[in-house]
Amino acid sequence: MKILITIHANSVAQRFDLAPEVLIAHHDGYQVVDEPRTIIMSRPSAEELCNLIIKENITTVICGGIEERHYKFLVWKQINVLDSVIGDYLTALHLAGRGKLSAGAILPSLPDKEDPV
Amino acid sequence: MNDSLLSGEGYNIADILDGFPHGVAILDNDLRLVTMNRFLEGLTGYSSVDTRGIYGDSIIRSNLGNRGQIFQQVLTTGEPVVLEGDIINRGRRRIIIQFTISPLRDHLDRIIGLIVVLEDISSLPSVISTQGFPDDSTEILGHSLKMQEVFELMPLMARTDASILITGETGTGKDKIAEAIHKTSKRGRHPFIKINCGALPESLLESELFGHIKGAFTGAVKDKPGMFKLAQDGTIFLTEIGDMPLPLQVKLLSVLDDREFFPVGGDKKVKVDVRIIAATHRSLREEVEQGNFREDLFYRLNVLHMHLPPLRERDGDIRFLLDHFLREFTKRLDKKINGFTARSIDLLTSYNYPGNIRELRNIVEYCANLCQDDKIRTEHLPKYLFDPSTPPVPAQDQTSRIPPSSASSQQTGSPEKDWLAIEKDMIVQALMKVHGNRSKAAKELGWGRTTLWRKLSLHNLS
Repeated sequence: MKILITIHANSVAQRFDLAPEVLIAHHDGYQVVDEPRTIIMSRPSAEELCNLIIKENITTVICGGIEERHYKFLVWKQINVLDSVIGDYLTALHLAGRGKLSAGAILPSLPDKEDPV
Repeated sequence: MNDSLLSGEGYNIADILDGFPHGVAILDNDLRLVTMNRFLEGLTGYSSVDTRGIYGDSIIRSNLGNRGQIFQQVLTTGEPVVLEGDIINRGRRRIIIQFTISPLRDHLDRIIGLIVVLEDISSLPSVISTQGFPDDSTEILGHSLKMQEVFELMPLMARTDASILITGETGTGKDKIAEAIHKTSKRGRHPFIKINCGALPESLLESELFGHIKGAFTGAVKDKPGMFKLAQDGTIFLTEIGDMPLPLQVKLLSVLDDREFFPVGGDKKVKVDVRIIAATHRSLREEVEQGNFREDLFYRLNVLHMHLPPLRERDGDIRFLLDHFLREFTKRLDKKINGFTARSIDLLTSYNYPGNIRELRNIVEYCANLCQDDKIRTEHLPKYLFDPSTPPVPAQDQTSRIPPSSASSQQTGSPEKDWLAIEKDMIVQALMKVHGNRSKAAKELGWGRTTLWRKLSLHNLS
C-alpha cells in the first residue's frame, strides 16, 4: 500500500488544499517498508497535490478537510481517501497501514508538546 | 460582558451561545476548544462533546493560517480582529466566513482564551458578486430550454419553506441544485447538511439523523446530537431517499408532521425547525407501487417537485459543457488545447452520457490528459465511446436508449469510421420505425431535434 499523508508539523494537516508538506510511505500491512519520503510543496495547492498523488501512484490518501470536488476526483481515480483525520500523522500512518484508520477519525494521542503556532 | 456571565453564575453558557445566530467557539489559552454552540456544530459537522480539548483550528479548519497564527496574535495583542476567509467542513463543503476573533478576559482582566464568531457570508449578494462561486463545482451550467425551466423554478422554490423532492438520473446535479436552493433561501445563512440515506445501515442511519442518548446501545458512550439537530434553522438534504429503510420512513414522516422526534434511546422529544430537501435517482412512484416506499411520505416530500433532465435531453448543453470543462482542465493541466476536431466533437455530441455531467466531465479530463496536440482528436477519446453497447443506460429511462446495433459485431477498419456507419444505421432504423417522423425519431434516439437534423446532414440523409 502506498500512502500519502498531508502533514503539518507532527500532525495530519488540517486542510488538503493548504498542506505545506506531504509524507509518502510504503506499508506492507504490518510495518512501513523503506524510508518514507517527505515532499515540501512549493506552494500549497489542492490541484498540484492531486497531480502528485496520481503521478506517484498513491493508493491511500490521509488528510484533514478536503473539498468535495477534489475528494470525488481522487475517488474516481480509485484512490482510498481517508479524510477529516485529526491527530498525529505517524499514528495515522500505522493505523492506516493495518487497515484500522477510518475517515473522520480523531486520534487519541494528540501531540501535547507541539507548539500550536 | 460582566463577571457572572463569564463564569456562568446563574446562567447556562451553552444556552447563551446557542442563542447566537452565528457559529461561536470558545478556545482556551492553548487554543484548544472549550466549547462551541449548536450553530457551529452545524457549520463544521463536529459535535462539541467529541472535540473538547482539540486544537480549535483542527475543527474549524480555516484558511487563516496553519495552527491558528491569527488566534495566537489575538491572544498576544489582546486586540480583536475581523477577517474574511473560509472553512472546509466535515461534509467537504468550503464555506466563506467572516471571522471575528476576540480575547476572553477574566475578572482580573487577564486573557484566558478566545471567543471566535463565524458568520457564514457565502449567501450574501456582495460575496457572490465579488467572489462568484470560485469553487466551480458549485456552478450549475446550461443553456438548454429544459435547464432554463429548472433555473426559473429554483428562485420560486427558494422563496418557500415547503419540502422539495428532486429527481433525476445519477450525475445530473441534484446535490448542487439542492445547495443552490438552500443558499438563496432565507435559511441560507444557516447550516446545509447532506446525508446519504443509502450509504448507511438502518441502525446507524437512525442515529446519524436523529442522534442518540448515552447508553442507548453498545458503543454509545456519549450523547450525539444527530443531523436534524445540527441542521437547526437550516436545511437537511436527504439524498438517495428511495433507499431509506421503511421503519425510518415512519420516523421521518413524524418529523415532517410534528417537527419533533425522539433521539435513539431518548425519552425527551427534540424540537427542530429544519427544511427538508430530498433527492433520488429512483422513481418514487414505482417504489410506492412496489411497497418499498411509504405513500404518505412520498406525498409529504413531494410538495414541490423538480426533475433534472438527463444530459442527452438537454439540447445544446453537451457542446457548451464540453467547451467549459475543456477550458477548466486545460488550465489545470497547464496545456494549450484550444478545442476539439470536428470528428471528435461529432462523436462526443452524439454520445448518450448515461452518467450525465459527471461522465462528460470525466471524459473531457481523460482527453485533456491524453492530448499532446492543440486539438482533442478521436484518438484521445476513451475507447468505450466507439462501442455503443458498452455503457448501460440507467434503468429509469430505457426509452431513450440508443438501440444496440448488429453492426457493432462486424467492425472493421478504423473505430471512427465504424462508429459513423453504426450511427447512420441507427438513424435509418429509428426513422423507419416511426415512419419518417423526425421528432419521434429524435426521441427514439435520445437526441434533440437539432442534433438529429445535424446528423442527417452529416450522413447525407436529409
